[in-house]
Amino acid sequence: MRNNRIIFEDSKPGRKNSHQAPSPTVDCDLPQNFLRATPPPLPEVSELEVVRHYTLLSQKNYSVDTQFYPLGSCTMKYNPRACNTLAMLPGFLSRHPLEPSQTGQGVLKSLYELQEMLAEISGMDAVSLSPMAGAQGEFAGVAMIKAYHQQQGDVNRVEMLVPDAAHGTNPATASLCGFKVREIATDENGDLDLTSLKAAVGPHTAGLMLTNPSTLGVFERQVEEVINIVHTAGGLLYYDGANLNAITGRTRPGDMGFDAIHINVHKTFSTPHGGGGPGAGPVGVSARLKPFLPTPIVACDNSQKNKKYYWLQSKDCPQSIGQLSAFMGNIGVLLRAYVYLRMLGGPGMRRVADYATLNANYLLAKLSAAGFTVAFPNRMASHEFILTLKPEADNYNVTALDFAKRLLDYGFYAPTIYFPMLVPECMLIEPTETESKGELDRFVDAMVAIRNEAIENPRLVKDSPHDIPLPGAGVGRLDETQAARKPDLIWNKE
Amino acid sequence: MPFIPHTAQDVDDMLAEVGVASLDDLFCEIPANLRCEAPKLLPALNEMEVSRLMAQRSAQDGGMLAFLGAGAYEHHIPSAVWEITTRGEYYSAYTPYQAEASQGTLQVIYEYQSMIAGLTAMEVSNASLYDGASGAAEAVLMAVRCSRKKTACIAIPSTVNPRTIATIRTLISQQGVELIEIPCSDQDGRIEASTLTKYNDKDITALLIPQPNYYGLLEDVDKLTDWAHGVGALVVGIVNPLALGILKPPGEWGSEGADIACGEGQPLGIPLSSGGPYFGFLACKKKWLRQLPGRIVGRTQDKKGKSGFVLTMQAREQHIRRSKATSNICTNQGLMTVAATIYMAIVGPTGLANVALACHDNSRKLLEKLTAIPGVERCYDGHFFHEFVIKLNVDVSAVLKELLDVGIVGGLALADNRMLVCVTETKTQDDIDKYGDVLADIMQRSSS
Repeated sequence: MRNNRIIFEDSKPGRKNSHQAPSPTVDCDLPQNFLRATPPPLPEVSELEVVRHYTLLSQKNYSVDTQFYPLGSCTMKYNPRACNTLAMLPGFLSRHPLEPSQTGQGVLKSLYELQEMLAEISGMDAVSLSPMAGAQGEFAGVAMIKAYHQQQGDVNRVEMLVPDAAHGTNPATASLCGFKVREIATDENGDLDLTSLKAAVGPHTAGLMLTNPSTLGVFERQVEEVINIVHTAGGLLYYDGANLNAITGRTRPGDMGFDAIHINVHKTFSTPHGGGGPGAGPVGVSARLKPFLPTPIVACDNSQKNKKYYWLQSKDCPQSIGQLSAFMGNIGVLLRAYVYLRMLGGPGMRRVADYATLNANYLLAKLSAAGFTVAFPNRMASHEFILTLKPEADNYNVTALDFAKRLLDYGFYAPTIYFPMLVPECMLIEPTETESKGELDRFVDAMVAIRNEAIENPRLVKDSPHDIPLPGAGVGRLDETQAARKPDLIWNKE
Repeated sequence: MPFIPHTAQDVDDMLAEVGVASLDDLFCEIPANLRCEAPKLLPALNEMEVSRLMAQRSAQDGGMLAFLGAGAYEHHIPSAVWEITTRGEYYSAYTPYQAEASQGTLQVIYEYQSMIAGLTAMEVSNASLYDGASGAAEAVLMAVRCSRKKTACIAIPSTVNPRTIATIRTLISQQGVELIEIPCSDQDGRIEASTLTKYNDKDITALLIPQPNYYGLLEDVDKLTDWAHGVGALVVGIVNPLALGILKPPGEWGSEGADIACGEGQPLGIPLSSGGPYFGFLACKKKWLRQLPGRIVGRTQDKKGKSGFVLTMQAREQHIRRSKATSNICTNQGLMTVAATIYMAIVGPTGLANVALACHDNSRKLLEKLTAIPGVERCYDGHFFHEFVIKLNVDVSAVLKELLDVGIVGGLALADNRMLVCVTETKTQDDIDKYGDVLADIMQRSSS
């Protein structure tokens, strides 16, 4: 029987790993009123029990290393092992963030070069690496737009425009920055509805947040006109870099006219998703927003024979929106992105977009030929595309959620479902460039097989998953309603 | 091609299936004037070459005998922590939307939440935030949401880490929250509870209490907590989780305990890495659960009654609530919480207390050694945990520079020739003696 216990259930009073902590040599001099009355309620387990427990738990996960993970909008590509190994070299790991810059020339040079390379890829004038995730990059970008308008004395620009297809972070970020959010409609071909946009812009417009290619998996063809409309009204343009993987080396947000962008390095630059972080969300800006970049930023002193790299802090950048973390952002993550970029080079980054787009369009073509309904059949897909399973839901009463759960039984992680919300019963599928044709073909076979099951035995699909091919997982569809209604969030002895 | 599996034959077959002639045709919808060539980047290296490059750069970095703290701390990390954490099944998975195929990550987070709640003596914990400073900003915004008051006014002692204060300022700047900085007494470097009465009529929403504070000193958390609750304010404890191996947890401060506990999780098995990635933890009393931001994992059942784990309370989050969400946060610091959970499980309650005690022992030894040097005196004289402030009678930056020349980072320079010095369990008696001897030598030369 595989271990399905919580680590606390293996605990035994008095068990210690005394080789992992020193023994105190003198009595503690702190008065009782500062001290805890009882030891912290952590489990008392041996090192082997810990290793076994967390190794077995890891095996209950699907991951890119073990399964095809076509999660739309998340760019779940292979994370090269070298990036991990090299970012974890001892010199990098052991350095304290407040050490003087002379003890960190290796890491600082790498980060400086990363800033430069990200500016080149995105076509922006300057980059700050400091945001710790995409959502924080978004916050930084929108806060810079706000700071710019304030500096211009343009205080009536209180509205941020967001397409209805946008990621939920876009409106949440705009709110966090104190803007009112106004949604812009999408037309039937997946482009932004220009009539709706023109009606919305005005002297109250602070800016527009746009993802391009959009979350609908298509390139916004009127991007220049969109940007022109917003700029003419005095607003600035924010580019959500979630889908940068689709266009690197093919087109650049800076050339389209965007003023601020964030980049999800855990997507395009292949740093690991880690079960949900840590990410990193560098921001790039056009010249007019440069003074507002979040700190710290790596600078280079060329004045002497040996270049010196150092951090610019808030005191060096008086107009900066400020610092976003205690120290310098997620440096270990950024180092992984640097190694990735060094292994790919410029032509390699173009191949990323080329093959991610080829894989998406190939998978779309195969699924379409197999009779599935594509949401935007007249469009070329970007690096991802949307199926709508509405016909299957109408005809066989089997939903996108049911398909997703049944895919788990077939050994595939499920695509993103029910996002974007505009398309009913949708599945957003992003294969990424690192998957082979053979893997894509197997995915199509699984989708076809599930549809046949839906026709012949819909219960089988509706009750899935039944038999996820992982050792000891063996859990069926979980009741999320009960989880929210009666929260069981921490382990108790009872 | 690096990381791309396609053969030439595959490409031809796939293009034919799509119905286009070339890769270029896949980008036909991008307006012609916006298309670009491959970016001009540094030349591509193979794995052997990039390994050589990074080995050279890593060898340039670190390697100092560093007595730095100020929010990030050097501790021994058991080998098993990162051996297990970097397993591909954790490393290359994502946010566990499909719970049934993500039980590993989800159960780890549930165990993490349980450990953090236990450590802080709180009733619930989220799945972590980006770092301690941004987590403190989230705690401030959370306290504002919890409070029924019409205006939002947060009292921040000047003994909170200034980097945390700066980050809070950045992240809440657009929220109409007033921050009142409460000065500490120059005499003892702590907040004197009796001086808070002058804020009694300020209608304070929440008081932040750091323990230990920025100078390593222990605040009188019981009195501060009781004062805040007495004026109808919430209490947010900002704590070092490793110190909680021995220090009173926020949930037990004063007569009612703090309402929210947050802090920098780095001491729990996360390497220093020049500043990140770390993680922030955030825990609270159950009554504030609906206002807790970020991901939360709960235990539930499948149809056959078998227990399993899911992301829960998602109605608070950006992908559901959009502009009305409690935060714009999407991720937690997943992999960092895996490492912290394994760290806490390995050291256990006794180990965590012993690490904390060893840090404290070492810092007392160094303090004694340094203050025996003529021209060096301790600032403040309260109880402290693994960090203290000394004042030199000479220019502190010149002294730090001389120390650096012999491979010692002596501390962090503060104003007025003061210096914040930290010692953890990683320092030996020899390290402590070496620092003391070198500093004595420098001080003697500077005064002669």
